[in-house]
Amino acid sequence: MFDKNARPSPRRQAQLDRYSRLVDRLSPKSPMAQGLLRAFWVGGAICALGQCFIEAGLHWLDMTPASASTFASVMIVLLTALLTGVGVFDRIGQYAGAGAFVPISGFANAMVSPAMEFTREGLVLGLGAKLFTIAGPVLVWGTSASVIVGILYAIFRW
Amino acid sequence: MTILIHLLKAFAVGGAICAFGELLVLRTKLTPARILVGYIVAGVILSALGLYGPIADFAGAGASIPLTGFGHALTTGVKRAVQEIGFMGVFTGGLTSTAAGISAAVFFAAMVALVFKPRPKP
Repeated sequence: MFDKNARPSPRRQAQLDRYSRLVDRLSPKSPMAQGLLRAFWVGGAICALGQCFIEAGLHWLDMTPASASTFASVMIVLLTALLTGVGVFDRIGQYAGAGAFVPISGFANAMVSPAMEFTREGLVLGLGAKLFTIAGPVLVWGTSASVIVGILYAIFRW
Repeated sequence: MTILIHLLKAFAVGGAICAFGELLVLRTKLTPARILVGYIVAGVILSALGLYGPIADFAGAGASIPLTGFGHALTTGVKRAVQEIGFMGVFTGGLTSTAAGISAAVFFAAMVALVFKPRPKP
């Protein structure tokens, strides 16, 4: 009754050709180039937003360059935490990949997501512990690396 | 006008640092968590070698917002503390200079996790 090898009717074949041309046209030229472009513009935009906070801190809030830079990081962290809470940041992450997780926004997102997920397992071993699922390793190796650099610097004072 | 140039520099350098991360995602089997740890440690090392400071001076937030900037802050903090208080600065400097970012991230993350309910992943 149903022959899998039967050739499609000319009309059906034309339909299939149209469909494959549409797929060709809409799919990105190269997934690599598309991924890099998305990471570049979203990551760049997050950093440019950070620069806006630095300029605001310097010119309007009378901050020193160091506190303006801290202010920018804190604001990006706050915005990311809120956007993760309302579920928007996960979409940005899916679109931009490393463009969303390489800036400090990724650090904040990596804390909020598991913390939110595991709140039902309690505030101590759920939220409190899972908050550090990814932030923990980052702090462990970042701090350790800085201690090693500090020891070397205390000895060699380059 | 100078502000616009600062924004463009931050966009270009920050974007390039992120695009390199995406290259690692696409070309290697590294998970995002490993890339984050790698970026921090790379920032610490590049900064210790004196290579990250010029990038930070040039790009502002384009260098300080990516996680390599976190590593740079760890190194500059530990070096300053060793200069100021001697050997014990090895253990105080790194976290002192990054305290605001860490405290803010821990506090905001905890508050948001308390207030919002998780939703199905898109």
